[in-house]
Amino acid sequence: MKRDDKRQDKAPEAAAASEYDPYDELVVTGPTTFPVDRRDFIKLTATGLLVLFSTRAFTPEELEAQGRGGQYATDFNAYLHIGADGKATCLVGKVELGQGPETSFAQVLAEELDVPVASVSVVMGDTDLCPFDGGTFGSMSMRSYAWNQVRMAGAEARAVLLQLASERLQVPVERLRVKAGVVADSADAKKTVTYARLTEGKRIERHLEGKATPKPVKSYTVVGTPLARRDALAKVTGKAKYAGDVVPPGALHARILRPPAHGAKMTQVDTSAAEKVPGVQVVRDGDMIAVLHAHRDEADAALALIKAQFARNDPPVDDKTIFDYLVKNAPAPRAGAQAGNLADGEKLVSEIIEHRYEDNYDAHAPIETHSAVAAFENGKLTVWAGTQTPFPLKNQVMSALHLSAEQVRVITPYVGGGFGGKSGSGQGVEAARLAYLTKKPVRVVWSREEEFFYDTFRPAAVITIRSGITAAKTIGLWDYTVYWTGTRGTEMFYNIPNYRTSSVGGGYGGGTSPHPFGTGAWRAPGNSTNTFARESQIDIMAAKAGTDPVEFRRKNMIDPRMLRVLDAAAKRFGWTPKAAPSGRGVGVACSLDAGSYNCTMVEIALDKATGHVQVTRVACVQDMGVVVNPEGAIQQMEGCLTMGLGYALSEEIHFKGGDILDRNFDSYQIPLFSWVPRIDVEIVPNPDLAPQGGGEPAICGVGASIANAIFDATGARMFRMSMTPERVKAALART
Amino acid sequence: MRPVSFTLNGKPTRLTVDEKRMLLWVLRDDLGLTGTKFGCGQSICGACTVLVNNEAVRSCVTPVGDVEGKQVLTIEGLGRDGRLHPIQEAFVRHAAFQCGYCTPGMILEAYAFLLKNPKVTRADIVSRMESHLCRCGAHVRIVPAIETAAAAMKGGAR
Repeated sequence: MKRDDKRQDKAPEAAAASEYDPYDELVVTGPTTFPVDRRDFIKLTATGLLVLFSTRAFTPEELEAQGRGGQYATDFNAYLHIGADGKATCLVGKVELGQGPETSFAQVLAEELDVPVASVSVVMGDTDLCPFDGGTFGSMSMRSYAWNQVRMAGAEARAVLLQLASERLQVPVERLRVKAGVVADSADAKKTVTYARLTEGKRIERHLEGKATPKPVKSYTVVGTPLARRDALAKVTGKAKYAGDVVPPGALHARILRPPAHGAKMTQVDTSAAEKVPGVQVVRDGDMIAVLHAHRDEADAALALIKAQFARNDPPVDDKTIFDYLVKNAPAPRAGAQAGNLADGEKLVSEIIEHRYEDNYDAHAPIETHSAVAAFENGKLTVWAGTQTPFPLKNQVMSALHLSAEQVRVITPYVGGGFGGKSGSGQGVEAARLAYLTKKPVRVVWSREEEFFYDTFRPAAVITIRSGITAAKTIGLWDYTVYWTGTRGTEMFYNIPNYRTSSVGGGYGGGTSPHPFGTGAWRAPGNSTNTFARESQIDIMAAKAGTDPVEFRRKNMIDPRMLRVLDAAAKRFGWTPKAAPSGRGVGVACSLDAGSYNCTMVEIALDKATGHVQVTRVACVQDMGVVVNPEGAIQQMEGCLTMGLGYALSEEIHFKGGDILDRNFDSYQIPLFSWVPRIDVEIVPNPDLAPQGGGEPAICGVGASIANAIFDATGARMFRMSMTPERVKAALART
Repeated sequence: MRPVSFTLNGKPTRLTVDEKRMLLWVLRDDLGLTGTKFGCGQSICGACTVLVNNEAVRSCVTPVGDVEGKQVLTIEGLGRDGRLHPIQEAFVRHAAFQCGYCTPGMILEAYAFLLKNPKVTRADIVSRMESHLCRCGAHVRIVPAIETAAAAMKGGAR
């Protein structure tokens, strides 16, 4: 599966458009926005074949896939339905954030059922129709849900259908073949029956017990084939609906009074002027004060009339002092993975290298801000939300309003980017509370300023590494301590006899922490920070050893999967061995995330006068097991590599106490068109391994490979991300 | 409040509205055209881009009073006779989007400059698109998509 470079390097001629009509392959379905009622849906599925959730105990992987704190509904929880028309519907609690699972889920089900992909409907992120799911995060959609649930449910359904066909046709199951939903006798082509015929007028229920045998991967014809995204037509025509586009009749905009800083508490408020504005309704519910109006500008104007005073309680820290603050406020380290013992390592090595690495707070900054619409009708609250976690949001709404499970439904239309930031969906609870109180449909669309203020930032972190190389240029010692961002990505793939990985303080979310505001999962949580530190330190050792960075890694690599992607990347990139700093400006980083192995190589152009770094080309090779939709996987890799330029080179949340100083894209700089290098990606085939992560792994090595390229270009070592021109210049001055 | 008249996607449109209300919200709330997106509210990200008299403008900072008597084109009006415009077609063919939220603005910006001059280099495209933000990282596909569309428009497609 090699990247088709033609598309990248040369524009296809216009004439090419006529030989390929993409609309033939497209299904204009999209996540449902005004879908059927749950009762109607259950009626709709009264006949046909259903594969329902299992009553058996779940495996740890399945429990992980489902997420925490939820459970399957008992009245209806089907993974799939085959209707009287023979059409299959796949029901998935995951959501479409742009990462393309809507297309891939259809592929997996079509493969197991032997039906055309276009005939499979995918219903996503609807808590009334889909089986429970903990959320769309952790690169779990393919590697876990598609593989363990959808594929197995498809296999179960196929087995049932073949059994029925065998009885109907009086042919043993082994002799039956299925093509496009038609079962035929391989010995007598005239003996056929369709899936539609087999399920007609009946209701067949099977529970997913995991006993049916899915097809061997080798026989796959749909999974592994690049497929056009099914959301394409909707998204290029403006028809794709996002949460803020759902407008029930009479819907009001809500604008909510916000504190000026984190930690500030309201002491006084006067809403009288706002209340006098015609058409305005001011709602006060506990600590929430909201202004509702049919028009957003009117709501904004009325909100500005509210006079409120706040008592501030700023933490004594800012974006410059945060790193020492994080170390000072850290609890005792928790020992993680280790091997050998460090004292032996000290004796083994000829040189010890000790460094501290820092990484700052970053925002998720999806272009769609947190948005939700809620409507309370006939005793039932429906919330349309741009969220990565529809089921947890439903639970939050139920507990905020003391409503039963039957009274709350969360529907997830298309989501305009998440990256971990929409795992929290406070806007959904806000809209739900306001709709419930006012009995009117309410829209909450956060402003960009609210989005930056309430983001659960990628946490700032500190990592210290004490490592040593032996006279034989091997790594004999590795003592790694990470503060406040967790150990994701630190699995040891280097051959180090004596190492220890310690984590201080919590991971990226939950628990108490010294972070002055919310932090949370940001695409491959913690991994880009860990990879930056580890791969920089490895590079420093390679330089001390006077060895080419790729050769040094190869020599010290213990994991064959990583070795394979390293070699493939070197070939793809055209890496020629030379000890750094070579003056060329090339850098390498290896990373491991969500079960996928990745090697990223970059070439940069560095302006020594300004400190500006331009990445000119990237080669990125990934081993991600079975690839369901190579086209989708490549898009994710490209997206990761592009998004990664931001955390590497520019992104940083500036703050002072509880004040967030970056509130819009004017000062918070995300990657622009002119930054984007030539991107060359490759997925190495590994069909013997189940699908691994796809949405996150390729972002992990961007920062590290650029840091190493800066060193290779100049001899200046970066110990801090983001690597802004100012910091690059400072590093050059130190050199 | 006063009546404002303009042509929207080829159709005469007249509504009584606060002329200071931004075109973005008039399109979305008064006229129900939700393909034009809110992204930053400050003319930085480009998600709200529409055409006014064939110029790309940021509707989040354009008071509706300013379009009096003018031609407004939104993503909903780009395709004609049930067919996609070559730019939309190219975005589909290149899968030049992921979440799709910035896509209408991207398409309309490209349309505006290709309409004037479809003879563009890759560097021209990058510089024209520089003020549009995409967080998913579809840039490497958007640029070739616009090149494909430019080729079609050079051939006379409008």
